[in-house]
Amino acid sequence: MNWLDTILILGAAFLAVFWEAAFGGMHRLLGAQIDFLPPLMVYAGLRAGLPTIALLAAWGGLCLDSLSATPLGISVAPLLIVGLAAYSSRELVLRDQTFAQAVLGLAGGAGVPMLTLLLLLTTGHKPLLGWGTLWQLAVTSAGGALLTPPCFILFDWLHRSLAHGGAAENSFRADREIRRGRGAV
Amino acid sequence: MLKRPSYIVVCLIVLLTLIILNLPSHTKGRLKLGIGSLFLPLLGLAGSSQHLAGAALDRVMPRGELLQQNEALRQENQGLRFKVMEAGALERENARLRQLLGWQAQQPHNYKLANVVLRDPSNWWRSIQIDLGSRDSMSLNLPVLSPEGALVGRISSVGLTRSQVVLLGDPNCHVAALVENESRDNGVIGASGPVDSGFVELGYLSRNADLKPGQLVRTSGLGGIFPKGILVGQIVDAQPIEYGFGAVARVKLAANLNALEEVWVIVQP
Repeated sequence: MNWLDTILILGAAFLAVFWEAAFGGMHRLLGAQIDFLPPLMVYAGLRAGLPTIALLAAWGGLCLDSLSATPLGISVAPLLIVGLAAYSSRELVLRDQTFAQAVLGLAGGAGVPMLTLLLLLTTGHKPLLGWGTLWQLAVTSAGGALLTPPCFILFDWLHRSLAHGGAAENSFRADREIRRGRGAV
Repeated sequence: MLKRPSYIVVCLIVLLTLIILNLPSHTKGRLKLGIGSLFLPLLGLAGSSQHLAGAALDRVMPRGELLQQNEALRQENQGLRFKVMEAGALERENARLRQLLGWQAQQPHNYKLANVVLRDPSNWWRSIQIDLGSRDSMSLNLPVLSPEGALVGRISSVGLTRSQVVLLGDPNCHVAALVENESRDNGVIGASGPVDSGFVELGYLSRNADLKPGQLVRTSGLGGIFPKGILVGQIVDAQPIEYGFGAVARVKLAANLNALEEVWVIVQP
């Protein structure tokens, strides 16, 4: 991971938030808007470093809150917690397996809205709540599970296409060198 | 293991978030509008692409259909002209009667048409953003109507070029309303369920309220934000609450909040 990947992830977060706000078809169809930020955060948590995770949480959260009636800064903490959870377990999960990615996306898709709701209620706000909230959580979780594997495919492809490839390992080894000349036995 | 710079970045972000959360609401609002304005280029791009798509559709529309539409609009125009003449006569009569009774003359409202540019991306609120801001003389709490004249909500925050509108059914949008029946029952439109945006609850009704399905609900003018008489919707059903000490009714909204593309804002006369 390098800074180009970080910039790509932050750019994708910006576009994702705009898409969510500009095109309400999903909300009309399913009664809930699918959030693209948890899948991106799961990707960042499994592939990127801590600075990228923190930047994505801050940037994505602030962008989302700026277009929403949610108080500014509320969405940052849930995204950061999900990113840190994915980061801390990255060595324990089979992160290249599609199923593992989908399961983590499902958890992220459920975790971010639940933590946001908890924060909103803790800070004294009164969001829209009811039995329909369970349906909305199911939709966002399923959306997270569906979108996370494509996220990995897209960003891994972008990484391969745009980032500088590592130098191929040389076959030369110093201990296998055949010394010639007078000193040679 | 984690490197020191990583810790520093995470700590800085956490600190920044805590600072933003603790800012005064006025500063927070300004910061919110500032960050939201980063999306303006994308909004312009989306608007021009829609315009281009519309222009392309106009080009491929058959001439016969255009003529048919033109004829229908001409007939509608004639009908509307006749209604304007009638309304003018009624207005003059109303003014004369008011003068005779010594009533204060009502100021007519001014309307401004706005385009809906964004919807709330989160599932916790019901709000939209329109393309009129403080430079178009928008201010807080101005009522917003659908193109058909039904109530949609009120303006909750104003930027230079955009304003946020809280829609009916949002927990932050309460409307004093009355039912068009014999007893003119008063109530307050409150929040709705999170999924279905077509219905809202009319609460604080008296236990003797004479509610029947199909009765129209309009703004009562109480509270001073919404002018009296704007259509909100119609009663679907009602049930007693608080052991029969009050009643609550379900109201089907007249405006389709999911399909809003343009809205009218009532500006101060």
